[in-house]
Amino acid sequence: MVPTDRRYTKEHEWVRLEGNAGTIGITEYAQHELGDVVFVELPKLGARLKSGQTMGTVESVKAVSDIFSPVGGEVIEINETLAQSPEQINKDPHGAAWLVKIRLDNPQEAAALMDAAAYEAYIAEKDKEVSA
Amino acid sequence: MSEKTIVANSPAVGTPSAARHISRNEGLIFERSAPGKRAFELPPLDVPAVAPSAALDASLLRDEIAGFPEVSEIEVIRHFTRLSTWNYAIDLGMYPLGSCTMKYNPRVNEFVARLEGLATEHPLQPAEVSQGCLRILQLLEKCLLEITGMDAVTLQPTAGAQGELTGLLLIRALLESRGNARRKVLIPDSAHGTNPASVVIAGYEVQNIKSNDRGQLDTDHLREYVTDDVAALMLTNPSTIGVFEERIAEIAEILHSRGALLYMDGANMNALAGVTRPGDFGVDVMHLNLHKTFSTPHGGGGPGAGPVLVKKVLEPFLPVPRLVERADGTLALESHRPQSIGRVRAFAGNFGVLLRALAYTLAYGPGIRQATEDAVLNANYIRKNLESVYDLPYGLASMHEVVFSDARQKKHGVGTMDIAKRLIDYGFHPYTTAFPLIVPGALMIEPTESESREECDLFIGAMRAIAEEVERNPELVKTAPHSTRVGRLDEVGAARKPVLRWHPKQPTELPSGVAPKVVPSA
Amino acid sequence: MRYLPKSDAERRDMLASIGAPSIEKLFESIPEKFRLREPLKLPGPLSEAEIIDFFRARAEENSKGYASFLGAGVYSHLRSVVTDALMQRGEFLTSYTPYQAEISQGTLQAIFEFQTLMCQLTGQEVANASMYDGSTALTEAALMASRLTGRQHLVIARSVHPEYRQVLATYAKQIGVEVRDVGFTPTGQLDDAALSEKIFDGAAALIVQSPNFFGVIEPVAALAEKAHAHGALLITCVAEAVSLGVLRPPAEADIVALEGQSLGIAPSYGGPYLGVIATREKFVRQMPGRLAGQTTDAAGRRGFVLTLATREQHIRRERATSNICTNEALMALAATIHLSLLGKEGLREMATQNVAKARFLFAELTKIPGVRPAFSGPYFNEFTLEFPRSVRMINAALLREKIVGPLSLGIHYPELTKRAVVCATETTTRASMERFAETLTRILARPV
Repeated sequence: MVPTDRRYTKEHEWVRLEGNAGTIGITEYAQHELGDVVFVELPKLGARLKSGQTMGTVESVKAVSDIFSPVGGEVIEINETLAQSPEQINKDPHGAAWLVKIRLDNPQEAAALMDAAAYEAYIAEKDKEVSA
Repeated sequence: MSEKTIVANSPAVGTPSAARHISRNEGLIFERSAPGKRAFELPPLDVPAVAPSAALDASLLRDEIAGFPEVSEIEVIRHFTRLSTWNYAIDLGMYPLGSCTMKYNPRVNEFVARLEGLATEHPLQPAEVSQGCLRILQLLEKCLLEITGMDAVTLQPTAGAQGELTGLLLIRALLESRGNARRKVLIPDSAHGTNPASVVIAGYEVQNIKSNDRGQLDTDHLREYVTDDVAALMLTNPSTIGVFEERIAEIAEILHSRGALLYMDGANMNALAGVTRPGDFGVDVMHLNLHKTFSTPHGGGGPGAGPVLVKKVLEPFLPVPRLVERADGTLALESHRPQSIGRVRAFAGNFGVLLRALAYTLAYGPGIRQATEDAVLNANYIRKNLESVYDLPYGLASMHEVVFSDARQKKHGVGTMDIAKRLIDYGFHPYTTAFPLIVPGALMIEPTESESREECDLFIGAMRAIAEEVERNPELVKTAPHSTRVGRLDEVGAARKPVLRWHPKQPTELPSGVAPKVVPSA
Repeated sequence: MRYLPKSDAERRDMLASIGAPSIEKLFESIPEKFRLREPLKLPGPLSEAEIIDFFRARAEENSKGYASFLGAGVYSHLRSVVTDALMQRGEFLTSYTPYQAEISQGTLQAIFEFQTLMCQLTGQEVANASMYDGSTALTEAALMASRLTGRQHLVIARSVHPEYRQVLATYAKQIGVEVRDVGFTPTGQLDDAALSEKIFDGAAALIVQSPNFFGVIEPVAALAEKAHAHGALLITCVAEAVSLGVLRPPAEADIVALEGQSLGIAPSYGGPYLGVIATREKFVRQMPGRLAGQTTDAAGRRGFVLTLATREQHIRRERATSNICTNEALMALAATIHLSLLGKEGLREMATQNVAKARFLFAELTKIPGVRPAFSGPYFNEFTLEFPRSVRMINAALLREKIVGPLSLGIHYPELTKRAVVCATETTTRASMERFAETLTRILARPV
């Protein structure tokens, strides 16, 4: 079961709220799909994010995937360790490999996203599609 | 082993142990350098010597080039000869790479390209002393126009991708002259990656169109896609699954009726030369890859050439310089063309490559059709003999290449990349994996006309053997190759911590930060 | 046909084995009306001897037997026969792009060595495995600077090779990048005073060539400082790579675009040549072109792979750094072999000979009444002279005496009529230089 303390997007990002701030990352499912991560491109401090818009990319050897911001807000912290150790995304996508922290424009926005149970069901469906 | 040699050699699986000669373990040229050695001597000066420090201010001069090689001639010969033995090549065997057309590179082409009076010519020398070079260009132009059925040609673009860009710029120029350059170019999802990349550089937007369930262009819905905003469709024909777009006339008509143009990516021309002509079936502008259809050598990644051929209406916009024949019959390069899109590269084009393509064409003459027929025959022969063991996602007739998928093998956890790596153990270069994108787990196979029946049979035998291995012993396939000088390389490490040059002080530094293991000989 | 390894009997057998009544059946997917009924009207087929005769005849119709004093971006230098001997090995000549690393270690290691040599030569931290040529390398470097800075215009010295500038203009137009010119002073160097705040406002990069099209060496370090002070990058273009045998490398530049033709590649009437981009490590992800990286296999053996491929078209497609796919790998190999042969001392000696030869020619020519240096700046192996008459007339007269004269500047620089760029390399003999001077003296002595 994915962590219940956060919300999820269809593009496999998660956001964990702490009052007016939020921490954003990508899910275990996403890292598994990507394979070994070699590089992460993150927004700069102070960048303004919008829900559903690209905020960066994550690269494996053979592919580049966009990361979409789950909610709108201003970037107040970036996980600097990912520049040196992008493999953390594979090892601990829900914890140490958080991407950015933001100050939310609208804390209510996250409520529209999937909760843990809904996301679990969503990825179970996706797995069925693939093996069909 | 000396300290300078970083890693020891390890024998291939099953090979008896023996003294390992350095030829399998050649280091970098910098690692065999020693101060004072040199491999080339210059003739002495016939003018008074001038020290650079006497001619130029000290602030303009450099110190010695730290780390530059210092080796003798025999060491250069051995170094590069040894390196060459680690490569696969057409001269050794088949490359079944789809859409690459890895055919025989005739040696006479190498000979004539090196002739004094051709290899020695400066591109800016006067036309009066360049008539030989210009006649070569003119004859090649005529041959390419005859083969493609088009009206005008530029030999400037240096490769297929540059040809695509040139073609798109020509389309833009024509449409602009008609009042509206338009905004979008349609690209099938089966297209080669250079297509969308070129579109963006040409200042257009990419609009992807999905192929239909037969892997072909969705002609039924094409009319909806071709709005007044669409400048062109970029089509590869035959497609990247090796199938001829039978409704090509209709496709051209739909585009033309809306004032849009048909661009043909000529990468698969090896299925068409002498049999049909793109100019006849509605193509407005196309490029050729001379390093594919026209046999010029790949050389590990280039050089190439990507001439662009157009219908008359696009001629005024062709890049400069243009080859012209004067009233007195002499040839010249002209740069004054007011409507031209401009220059796409310095000088006249990749002349050495163009010359080789002409030599190839002259060798065949009208008999070029036979090469095309043999290419298509080989592909169909291979298809027939493998379709019982590999999944064929699209049932349509193949031309010069056939695309299978790894669907059956995936059930045993083995994918196209694994099969490709195992093919190496059978002495072949892999086919194209994971392209085109419309076939998940693709095996894209193009044998070309240069393969004999024996070579095709050997390839079929290898692929059938691997299919059996997938069922009996999938691990063997998944961990292939087993017979190469190095095993599967850590691409992840190479991308995470890129090491892109040698450093004098860093002989044992490796991406993982771990000292390399010295593997004992078995 | 000698390139086709099939007999007619084999063709029939193979057709039969796949159940096709004839080869025509395999082409049925092509609509009937488009299938050719007649053979193409092409010259040939020619035997090997006839092919050789044809090209030999063409080789006699060019400039054999003429002395040449042309440089202008393409240089005649000594090449060892060893280079061709090695390049023509089938394993190098006929091999494919090294995507399958296990069976391409020869190519990949050679590319890694090439990248290293280019870094050593240019003083930069990382170099790619080739672009098409100097003109497109410069263009791609400019586009790269635009991406890195997010800025949409470029400042370029007029003394950059005119054909390179034309290529940049063709590309820049499409991307919406504006290109602003800056002129030159009587030294032949960039007009530093004209580099105002206004010119730089919003500029992604300042682009210079050194030695420039006039042969004059630019003060790269000072120009880098100026560019950086205005928030722009400095791109330096090098058309004569042998100059780096003695001249200070453009280490202060942010991006170097180099033409490698001088490094063991025959002039061959314009190509194939060898473009290179070299830059700082921090810019590597915006650099186009292939890169070979060092790595290991599971057993710890060193090997090389193409890396950082996510910059390229086959992965990023429309978001790629460039559309380049096929490049000039074989020419990069030629340069790697050539530089290994020359080595540290040989390249320096070659460059030094160029310095001496050019100074000899300069002295010989400027002795002639009416012939003067056009610029006062320092030069390597090319220099610009001003003549008392039209260069076109002088060159026509020289050509009649089997001398290919210097490149006239008037075509590209309307204010520089009667001026031409003269080149002498280590291959230019004293005898030919003396003959040039003597012939020119006679030509100029004739009444107009």
